[in-house]
Amino acid sequence: MASVPAVSVTPVSDFADWRDYFALLKPRVMTLVVFTGLCGLLAAPGHIHPVIGFTAVLCIAVAAGASGALNMWYEADLDARMKRTANRPIPAGRIDPASAFGFAVSLAIGAVAVMALAVNFASALLLTVSILFYVFVYTVWLKRRTPQNIVIGGAAGAFPPVIGWAAVTGDVTALPILLFALVFLWTPPHFWSLALFVRGDYANAGVPMLPVTHGERATRIHILAYTPLLVAVSLLPWAMRLTGVIYGVTAAVLGAVFMTLAVAVFRNDATDPAAMRPERRLFAFSVLYLFVMFGALVADRWLLA
Amino acid sequence: MADDDLQKKRKSRNLVLGAVLIGLAVLFYAITIARMG
Repeated sequence: MASVPAVSVTPVSDFADWRDYFALLKPRVMTLVVFTGLCGLLAAPGHIHPVIGFTAVLCIAVAAGASGALNMWYEADLDARMKRTANRPIPAGRIDPASAFGFAVSLAIGAVAVMALAVNFASALLLTVSILFYVFVYTVWLKRRTPQNIVIGGAAGAFPPVIGWAAVTGDVTALPILLFALVFLWTPPHFWSLALFVRGDYANAGVPMLPVTHGERATRIHILAYTPLLVAVSLLPWAMRLTGVIYGVTAAVLGAVFMTLAVAVFRNDATDPAAMRPERRLFAFSVLYLFVMFGALVADRWLLA
Repeated sequence: MADDDLQKKRKSRNLVLGAVLIGLAVLFYAITIARMG
């Protein structure tokens, strides 16, 4: 019998650097999630042991990373078609989809289990809901079907401050619900301002983002419509005396700037991304806005308590 | 891809995995102490 030559096959994932696995966790998105989760935890009344607090934030970060990895696994075909995402580990062929899926699911289960055992069941339950919401409601169901994808999908990103709060108190009261609403209403103008100047990428990939399905004008109107809602909700914690003057003044000043920038976007008629400076400014400011608002919330609690 | 490069990637992956496992062991120890306190 003729002998078959031995062939050494190197699995695709052997070409992956640890940095590729780290990139699967979407570390930039994780930064914002960790920050809002930590602020929810620090703003909550009561005491939490620093080690348990650290564990809670770590679980939020890992769960967010796992959700991001599952999103990348499911959307590898879309990512391959967009310039911005074509070099991600799965579409670039550095990690095979099965490995990415196993990695993500293990992290998600691990984060929820540690949260339940080390922190409390309320925060573990909320963490589970946030992962399932992001993966099934946003990624699988909404993203490719409706231009309102990020409106409802934004709820997934709004969970971290509530989870951080629940890690300390074990329950959810009015302030964490308002923080949820703040992030929920912040998401549409934030993503639509980005979608305006990367519209071509979404169109090429066939993602029904608002600028692709309804055009730039409709998107700018939507941004202008959501911004007053965001500003109003951001002022509610102060109006309801759930926070102090530091948060209130910050919300009023930043809300006014947000509104001004949204009006500038509304007044811009450009269709060429190169002429979309107001949109780029609003996008950049919206990131800063969320960081400063949550920072003010914590400062308020610790300095005025 | 050169064998050297592959070896280097495997080694760095294993080192990071080792560091993560040690980190988890330390974290679980700290959690146990904190929960007992």
